[in-house]
This record gives sequence, C-alpha cells and structure tokens, in this order.
Amino acid sequence: MKKKIASSIGLSAIDEEAVDERSLSTKPSKTGRLRSFSSIFFNPLQSRDSSSVFKADELFLFFLPAGGFAGNTGHDPHVLYTLSAVQILALFDKLDILDVGKVSSYVAGLQNEDGSFSGDMWGEVDTRFSYIAICCLSILKCLDKINVVKAVDYIVSCKNLDGGFGCTPGAESHAGQIFCCVGALAITGSLHHVDKDLLGWWLCERQVKSGGLNGRPEKLPDVCYSWWVLSSLIMIDRVHWIDKAKLVKFILDCQDLENGGISDRPDDAVDIFHTYFGVAGLSLLEYPGVKAIDPAYALPVDVINRILLTK
Amino acid sequence: MKPDRNKFSIEEPLSLSLDRSRDDFQPLSSTSERKMHGRPRKAYKPEEEAASASKAAKLRSLQTQFMSIHHHKIYTKEAIDLSRKLLEINPEAYTAWNYRKLAVEDTLSREESNQDLVKSILDEELKVVESALRQNFKSYGAWHHRKWVLSKGHSSVGNELRLLDKFQSLDSRNFHAWNYRRFAVELTNRSKQDELKYTEDIISKDFSNYSAWHNRSVLLSSLLARKAEGFTPNEKIPEEYKLVHDAIFTDEDDQSGWFYHLWLLDQTVNVETPLLTSSWPSHGSCINLSGGDGCLNDSSSSKLTTFCSDLGSFPLILYFDQPVSGVSSSTVAVDSELRGNEDLVWEPVSNKNSRVSCVWVARLNYMSSEPCFPKEYKVKVRIGNSPGIVSSRGCNFSTPYEFVFTAHVHDTVREDSQEVIVSWTDGFDIWDAQSKDLNFLVNLDQQMGLKWRQEAIEEEIELFRALSDSKIGKLTLARLLMAKAMISENGVKGVHYEEILELYSDLMVLDSSHYRYYKDEHSVALLHKVTSSTESLSRYLFQYRDINNSICLRLNNLSLSRIASVEKLLFVQMLDLSHNELHSTEGLEAMQLISCLNLSHNRIRSFSALDSLRHLKQLRVLDVSHNNIGEHSVDTTRYLCSSPLSNSEWTEDEVGRQMTSLVTKYWDAYFVLRDLDLKQLDIAGNVIAGDEFSSFVPQVVPKLVWLDGQKLRS
Repeated sequence: MKKKIASSIGLSAIDEEAVDERSLSTKPSKTGRLRSFSSIFFNPLQSRDSSSVFKADELFLFFLPAGGFAGNTGHDPHVLYTLSAVQILALFDKLDILDVGKVSSYVAGLQNEDGSFSGDMWGEVDTRFSYIAICCLSILKCLDKINVVKAVDYIVSCKNLDGGFGCTPGAESHAGQIFCCVGALAITGSLHHVDKDLLGWWLCERQVKSGGLNGRPEKLPDVCYSWWVLSSLIMIDRVHWIDKAKLVKFILDCQDLENGGISDRPDDAVDIFHTYFGVAGLSLLEYPGVKAIDPAYALPVDVINRILLTK
Repeated sequence: MKPDRNKFSIEEPLSLSLDRSRDDFQPLSSTSERKMHGRPRKAYKPEEEAASASKAAKLRSLQTQFMSIHHHKIYTKEAIDLSRKLLEINPEAYTAWNYRKLAVEDTLSREESNQDLVKSILDEELKVVESALRQNFKSYGAWHHRKWVLSKGHSSVGNELRLLDKFQSLDSRNFHAWNYRRFAVELTNRSKQDELKYTEDIISKDFSNYSAWHNRSVLLSSLLARKAEGFTPNEKIPEEYKLVHDAIFTDEDDQSGWFYHLWLLDQTVNVETPLLTSSWPSHGSCINLSGGDGCLNDSSSSKLTTFCSDLGSFPLILYFDQPVSGVSSSTVAVDSELRGNEDLVWEPVSNKNSRVSCVWVARLNYMSSEPCFPKEYKVKVRIGNSPGIVSSRGCNFSTPYEFVFTAHVHDTVREDSQEVIVSWTDGFDIWDAQSKDLNFLVNLDQQMGLKWRQEAIEEEIELFRALSDSKIGKLTLARLLMAKAMISENGVKGVHYEEILELYSDLMVLDSSHYRYYKDEHSVALLHKVTSSTESLSRYLFQYRDINNSICLRLNNLSLSRIASVEKLLFVQMLDLSHNELHSTEGLEAMQLISCLNLSHNRIRSFSALDSLRHLKQLRVLDVSHNNIGEHSVDTTRYLCSSPLSNSEWTEDEVGRQMTSLVTKYWDAYFVLRDLDLKQLDIAGNVIAGDEFSSFVPQVVPKLVWLDGQKLRS
C-alpha cells in the first residue's frame, strides 16, 4: 500500500541537502495546509523542470519585507503561508536561514487587543489564526512575543456547550476548528480548559458506520477528518473511544489502487491533501511502517522533539 | 505520464453546492476545498484534458495581468474589472480581495464626500461577493470581504438577513452563513428572543439541523445567564426537554438532538454555585500524626486516620464539586494552635498554568522544633469566609461552610524504613472496619432547592425507559440514572447502580465501535457503587502487615479502565490498582495522602500518563511493572504532561545537562520521575525496561533505594 501512495506523492527517501522535486512535494502536504507552496510543484500554472533541485533559499521568493510569507510569488503575505514556511524549514532543519526576529514580529503583530489573531492586515479573525500564530512562534521559540494568557482566553471564549470549539465566539463546533483550538491549547500547556469527556464523546461520535469520521453531526465521512478528529482525540487522551481498525479500513478503502493516492471517500478522485490526511491518519493509528507524527504540530515527532526538547 | 489532476479544478461547475451532507474542511488553507471533494475517480479523456489546459492558460494569463496591476497600484475601472473576472473564476485568490479593498480605500480617500459614488462602489463590492459565493459558498475570503464592506457603513444591513435567508435555505448547515448571521444580527441589534424563535422555526422544519440546535444553545445560555424575563432554568429547561424529545424520538439515530439533551441534563444536575464535596481531614474526625516514615505502633488508634510523614506536615485537602479559583488564606480561615501555620499557602492540584481546580491543598506543619508533644490540637476551617472563591463559570461560593477536626500529634522515633521493601503479593489481612471508622464518608449537606431538578430527571427517566432498545435510549437512561444518584438524598443511592452497569454492558455489545467509551463509563459507575456506602467500601479495605498494619484500599482485578470517585477516597494512603485496564492515572492527583501505589498489570503506555502523580508529595513506592510503557509510537498523554513540548517552564538540572540524548529519548520519564520522591520503583515487564533505562533512572531519582526488587545502595 505504501508503494502505491509513494508513486503518487513520492514518499521516497529524503536527502536533506538536495531534495528532489518529487519528494519535496510531499513535504508541504505533510503539514496539510501548504496548498500554495505545493502548487509550485503541482500547479500547471507554473512550468518547472521536473529534474530541478530544491534549495531552501527558494522559499524566499515568497518572503516579503513585512516579515510574512505569501502563498506564491507576487501574492500578499498571510499568516497561513508564514506557518507553512516555518514548518517546511523546521522539517529540513533549516530554521537558521530565517530572520527569526522579523518573522516572529510579523506573526506577533497580528494579535488583537482581545487576544485573538488576524490572518493578515485586513483583519479576518478566526481561531485558525490563533493556532497558526501559536504553533509558528512555538517552533521559533518566540512565544514570549505575544500575550499567551489573552490568546488562550480568546480560544476558551470560543468553547461551545457541546465541548467543541468554533472559529469565533458563538460559532458552531467543527472538527477542523477543534483541532486548531485543542492544538493551540496543547502547545501552550492549557489543555485543562478542555472538557475532555464532553469533547471526547462529541469527537468519538464522528465515527460513522463505515468506520470513517465526519466533521460535524449528520455529515458524510471524509478522510481529512482522520487528521482533524484523530489528532484532537489523541491530544485529550480519548482516542481509545473510537474503533481504530475500522478507521484504518476506511482510509485504505479510499486509496486509488491503480494510480496511488488517497481520496476523500471511496471511489472519488485522489488529491495530495487527502493523501496527506490519510497517511497522517494512519500514522496516528500506528499503522505499521508509517513514521510517528506529532498531533499538535503536524510535523514528525522526531523533528518536534529535536526542536523543543533541547534547550 | 499521469494527468495533473489539479488543473481540472477550474472546471468545476459554477453552481452553489446543494449537498448539505457533505462537509468539507480545509481550515488552514485559503484555496477552494470544492476542488478536492466529492469528485468521482475517473480517467479523463484527451478532449477533457485539452479543455482543461486551455482554461488553465486563460486563468494563468488573467493572474499575470492581475499581479501587474496590483504591484503597480493601478485602480482604474478596467483594472478593477479584471480583479472581478479573476475572483469570479477563483474566489480563493485572496490577493485579489486585498486588491479590491485597496481600490475601495483609494476611491474613498478621494471621493469621501460623494455619498452616491461611495454607496455605488460599496454596493458593487457586495455584488462581487455575492457572485463569488455563488461560485463557492464556503469561501472564507468572500465572506470576510462582505464583513469588511459592511464595516464601512453605507449599506443596509436589513438586506443581509434577507440574503442569508436565501443562502441558508439552500444549505442550512453552512457554518460561514451561520457565523455571518450572528454578525449581522449583532449589527442590527435584533433581539436574542427573535433569533431563538428563528432557530425554533428551522428546527420545526428539520429537527436534524445541528447548526440550529447549536445556535439555540448559545442564545438560550446567554438569556439564562443574564436572567432575562421568562428565562429561569426551572421554567425553561423542562420546556426545552419537550422540544428535544421530538427530535430524538422521531429518529433515534439522528445525532442532532443528542448533544442538546446532554447539555440540558448538565443544566439540570449542576447547581451554579460551587459546593464543597469533601475534605481531608473530614468534619468531626480525629487524626493521629507522627513523624518519620514508620507509622504508629499504637494499636488503639484507628489505622485509617493515622498519618505519618517525613515532611513533618500534613495536607489539608478541600474537594469542590466543580473547578474553582480563589482559594487562599483570605477566603479560607484555618484556626489552630499548631504552630508555624500562620501563612498557609493554598495550591490548586492541577496543571501548572492553571489557577483553577476542584482540589485545593495547604500543608499544615505539625513537627515543631520544641519537643512538646504528644498533644491534641483542634483545627477549625472556615470556607467562604470572605468572597473570592469563584467557579470557572463565574459563580461565587456563596454559603460559608465550617468544619472542625482534632489532630493528635505523637512523638515517634524516626526510623529508617528504606530497608523495608513493599511487596504487593502477600501480607494483606481482611480488615474489620468499624462503622465509626468510615463515618467520614457521609456526604456534606447538599444545597436544597432541588425539587424541579429531581422532578425533571424523574420525568426523563420515565420517558427514556420506553426508548431503551436503542443506543441513545440506553446511554441517556444510564446518564439520567447516574444524575439521579448524584442529586438524590443520602440513603437512596446505590439503588440504580446495577441497572446502570447493565446498560453500559449492553451498550458495549450494541455499539462496539465505541466499546471503550462505555467501558470507561462502566468503570466510573462501578467506582461510584463501591464508594456509595461504608459497607461496600469496607469490603475493599485490607490491613498490610509489613507496614504496621497500614490500611490498603485494594481495587485490583476489577477490570477498571479509569479512575473515579476520588473525592470519597481522600483518606487512602496505600492503593492497589493492579490487574486493571488503566491507561492513565488521571484523577489520582486528588488523593494527596497516597504513599504506596500499585499500578502493575495495567495498560499504561508512557511515563507521561503518570503526570498526575507529580502532585502526590507523599508517594514513595510505585509499581508500574507489566504495563505497555515504550510499546507505542503514539503518546496520547504527550500534551497532558507538563514539559517543554507544552511550553512549561523547567529548570535544567545536572542530569539534563549531562545526559542530553537520554533525556530526549526518555523525556517523559525524566520530567515525571524527577518530580517524584520515590524510594521504591518497579518497571519490569515494560518494553522500556532494560539496562540503559535502568541505569538512567537512579540518575533522575537519586533517593531511590529499590529498583525492580534490587537494592541500589546499602
């Protein structure tokens, strides 16, 4: 099975010095939110020679004077792509090429008075951006640049009566948003704000008869929730409440056995993102042969341990 | 060569998705999720590929032109039109939304006084958003642009609710639309009561609309919290039960009403104001205190109330029914003749970053330098003396409560008990408990005013007995019976435990996918049953001969998968939980007196799962042999354990500096064990156990005497 996926997204061995294009393309997908970076490699709008070699410096095509990164050359900076850039560099142990002061100031500058974060200068507020800012600054070891207490308070204000979290106060719980909020609380050592049993029951009930997970009650299952739901359940130590074997089967059922890759549901067209979520889900399910992934940072456990467990 | 699937993305039909059961989420991306979802897997024909390639070429050229005008800050009509064309094809082109905002601001700065022009420009923006939303109803960029335009004023917010009605009738679960609705309602000052009515209308059309139930819970809790007219819990909650019954009883498999019902049950059971559930020492009790590790040999004193500590202090434990903050020497007054306790420090037993907890502890000194014991001291504790104890929901501990206990301080010879190794295999005798020994188990007085709550729960139990063939019927019934036991008067407790246990056993079979959820709930119910009366608890209490006949609570071999009812077990100093199915020690942190703990033959997977033991200052003997430590690549307590991963502050010690690679490898063992003051540790029978780990442990726990039955030093 691994081979099939590999043929689609290139899970080949990674040479840290000279990474060929195919294997790098899996890296953005590893984080699951690097659509625009990955589009450099996948997007037909960009013609690239398939034999060209990736250099970490190339990321600086997207680095902007403000300190943030854009999704692609010529676009505006946004916190989404800034985290992606930081994650990619963390993955390749190349954080040293960043102007950490500038990048962290850009991210920290997006915090609002109430503790929330905007995505960019245009002021869209969402707990997704709280997660992104906190994750990014933690990797850069610059969390002291923001008001963490206020940031946590804002996330807690988005907690709902079903134990889940929404994008702003009062917004409906959604598994993806729950990942962001639980992840941010995990990174800041604030999981005591989560009602683990209540949220755990809501999350474990996302598993439907086919074994797949949905993102909200009465919705269809989708492979991407193998990440959002599973990582949240792991962070609050309630993952044993679902049937893991059934979920493994659902993910494997979503493979394109002919051409490789994984889709959202069985027999749909595969794409890089669901392939990532599927593989990441299998990792969280301890599927044999898949490397361990960290549920909060969405990076391999050894990468995160290397960065955070050393002073 | 494989076709590049991405280029087909722009061929998506430009229609509003009507399939509301699909729920796609790419929250960390700003590109359209529609391209990635629900597309059938098929091989594309050459002509389809050609058409796609030509569309891609068109989009590419449009994008290049757009970048040029954006970078040159050109805001002519033609340029602005170009961005519109781009957004019509791809509403996820976030930079194009930014450009349009710049263009609007450019015009506003020049033509601010021209009201008509400003209005027409803003109206144009709203139209662009509307057509983008028709292309992708879930475009974050489009919805935000609309909010941004409205923030400029000049447009009628009344139109927004009309537009939303149109969109929401097409996709009634779209969370962007619901979020925007809450935004628009705020802007128009529409009343919460009107919105509550709106949710009722939506629910009556389709009870399966979880989004509407959610919004209802938000509105209702806000109205209840500010005590709006007609919104008191005893009036409103019973009404809401009726509404949610219609949903649950129409289709018991539909989850929409499940969580709302659970929320109502929570509102019914929980009184707002925090209450004291239990304490150690308990009211009216008489405790015997001695120094050293060896306990009193005085057989006349009850073993249950004898406490010895090498620390020369004992913990005063307060257990509240909900997490509270603000327990301090000003909110809790402790009057005693015990010297050196003038400035008591109250600590929450919780995560370092939290100042909120159900359990609060202060340590009282009883070993002064003057040899003046044996002596008897009275200690009076007044809680809620002055206001300041507040629940995490913001309610005050309003009824002051007082309790008194007596402390006998004995002069004992300090003996070196390091020589004693605790064996859990034998030395236990049945203990013949006197009822007076256990009278502290009697609950503290509960607040009255429970009538409507008890009635509501009785009614629900009646109803759900009729539905007890189904999963949700059984589960709800089990929860209701637990709730009933919790708010009943003393004495009638225990009546329903057999039924609750049976319901959870049924559920494990009926809904095997969630087997371990029911298993956990079963364990909770079982422990409630065990601790529900002195008779039942005393069956699990034994005397341990090897340590002066200490009392040991043996909850071994009960197939327990989680810990509960700790508030009833604060007195326990020796606890045997071996041969169960525990995978974490969550909950044990409240049992501050524990000095010997047996967790062997359980399912502990990592040292991080033992994080709660860091709060147990008396713990000296720990057996975690025959567990699964080191066996799994996924650590489910990685972020529940305070460590650098969760950005908790830590001071590097000698071990941390010198054994960096071992610390990184065994990080959780390092961070947990270094905070424990263990003398005896058993880790054999775990994957992690081995020469390397066995040589690492004594470095981290320098006071350790026994490791896996081997004496480390003489």
